Amino acid sequence: MGQGLEVINENIYYGAFHAVENVTMSIHKNAITALIGPSGCGKSTFLRTLNRMHEVTPKAYCTGEVLLDGVNLYGKDINLVDVRRQIGMVFQKANPFPTMSIRDNVLAGIRLNHKRLSKTEADDLVEWALQGANLWNEVRDKLSSPGIALSGGQQQRLCIARAVAMHPSVLLMDEPTSALDPISTLAIEDLITELKKEFTIVIVTHNMQQAARCSDYTGFFNVQGNGKPSHLVEFNQTEQLFSNPLQRETDDYISGHFG
Amino acid sequence: MIHTSSTHSTSTFVSRTLCRYADTIFKYITLIAGLIILFILTAVTVFLLIQAAPAMVGDKNQTVWAIRSLSGGRTIHFWTYVGPLIFGTILTSFLALVCALFIALGVALFITQYAPRPLAFILSHVIDLLAAVPSVIFGLWGGLVLVPSTYPFWKWMNTYFGWIPLFSGQASNPPRTVATVSLVLTIMILPIICSMARDIFQQTPVLLKEAALGLGATQWEMIKLAVLPFGKKGVISAAMLGLGRALGETMAVLMILSPGDLYSWKLLVASQNQTIAANIAAQFPESDSAGVSVLIATGLVLFVITFLVNIAAHHLTGNAIHTKQKNNIRHPLCINKQFIRCSETD
Repeated sequence: MGQGLEVINENIYYGAFHAVENVTMSIHKNAITALIGPSGCGKSTFLRTLNRMHEVTPKAYCTGEVLLDGVNLYGKDINLVDVRRQIGMVFQKANPFPTMSIRDNVLAGIRLNHKRLSKTEADDLVEWALQGANLWNEVRDKLSSPGIALSGGQQQRLCIARAVAMHPSVLLMDEPTSALDPISTLAIEDLITELKKEFTIVIVTHNMQQAARCSDYTGFFNVQGNGKPSHLVEFNQTEQLFSNPLQRETDDYISGHFG
Repeated sequence: MIHTSSTHSTSTFVSRTLCRYADTIFKYITLIAGLIILFILTAVTVFLLIQAAPAMVGDKNQTVWAIRSLSGGRTIHFWTYVGPLIFGTILTSFLALVCALFIALGVALFITQYAPRPLAFILSHVIDLLAAVPSVIFGLWGGLVLVPSTYPFWKWMNTYFGWIPLFSGQASNPPRTVATVSLVLTIMILPIICSMARDIFQQTPVLLKEAALGLGATQWEMIKLAVLPFGKKGVISAAMLGLGRALGETMAVLMILSPGDLYSWKLLVASQNQTIAANIAAQFPESDSAGVSVLIATGLVLFVITFLVNIAAHHLTGNAIHTKQKNNIRHPLCINKQFIRCSETD
């Protein structure tokens, strides 16, 4: 079952550069939240703070609180490894481990957990995750072939399976379809809609139609000017935001005046 | 874009033809460079074969005499003469490789994954500097510093680990032994392995590292999942290069090791082994033509060993070349972009 995230007064920095300013947002559980905005508006940066991947970049940090089920992810006793195990991530480009088979890729996260799985348990998990990622029928006969032998769309679904196999409560997706053709994109959008039954999903997309098609809530980020931090302009139910935006900026963006 | 290129169509056409000539010229330059390498290799092989021929197929009496004198009366057969030398060469190099590989990987991982930037920068440069130290300096240092000062350590090893055959026997003082030589060789080949490993680890795609971190990997797990598999082939070829250097190392061995002609595993005892390269250097000045011929034949053996090591490295890293070719698919695109830029600035 998914869990909701509560972001309170978050400010994000790269060293001295203030990238994103004062974000407060609640991400509802078992719903799809889309983050849209022009390039460089900090939507991916914001997403990466939700499972503490932001601080992987040297000198990057953020202030404020991100609460998962009431627990601050940036609290003192929080182990960031646990955070990432609970909040999975799918990246812009598919990144299966090149030396691993499809099966090992799916199990990679579980093996990091030092869980000892019997062969049947592992098999069941692999099937469940791949079915969850809508990839099982295509790869069931070649689980031991390398993950990078798959097509781009399949690789991305393999990465989703790898994240899903960890049973995370939240799944973050950073432009998961930007490198894919329309058919693979559609496959993944359908998949995301299926996945929200079990997980809370946050998806960053530069494609407004995608946000409109598959999300329940949408947040619009925008830059305020050169060198200035960007901010969350509007956050609302997707239908509301697209049909009846409250801010002029949002209206301009979704109606194609800029971006 | 279309507009600019059409107005400057003539100039674009000219630069295109020029580029095509440039391409052809460059192609032949690289071809010649490749041929030069082949030529040098052939020349060296032919030289070794011709010079070694008298020892292999020439006057038997002279060869027997030469081998007897070179081996101090131990043997009159070439293979029994060269056997212990091969053994000594491979033993010292292999020991050095094993030690150097562990240290080099540790240092390379520390520099690329753990060290704060300023420290990594300094360490990188220190390692590159270390690679530039000539081997005779290492030999001097080994002979004048390590030999007098390391005896207590070897004695300690001998006392507590003497039950391992490698450390058995009576530890020699001064320790002009295989152990000390391997230690110096380790330090000599460390920089090359380390800097190659560092370069390859640094190229690990961020995407792969984040894939591991995103699954909740710790730093070390991320290294196991992403960095090491990515760098494996590069590390193997680095190790082979290091091994090649250790196999052929002359000065350091000559200046430290007290030679012997045994098939001995006793690393802490002097006068057990000798390497091919050091043996040639030591015996060469006092040999007559038949002796020189025998020595060159041993050199030919070393050449073959090194060659085999390189072939092995090629086989182990064979796929690396294919992946490079795959990446080349991008090139035409890059060139097109440059053309567009050229025509824009015109």
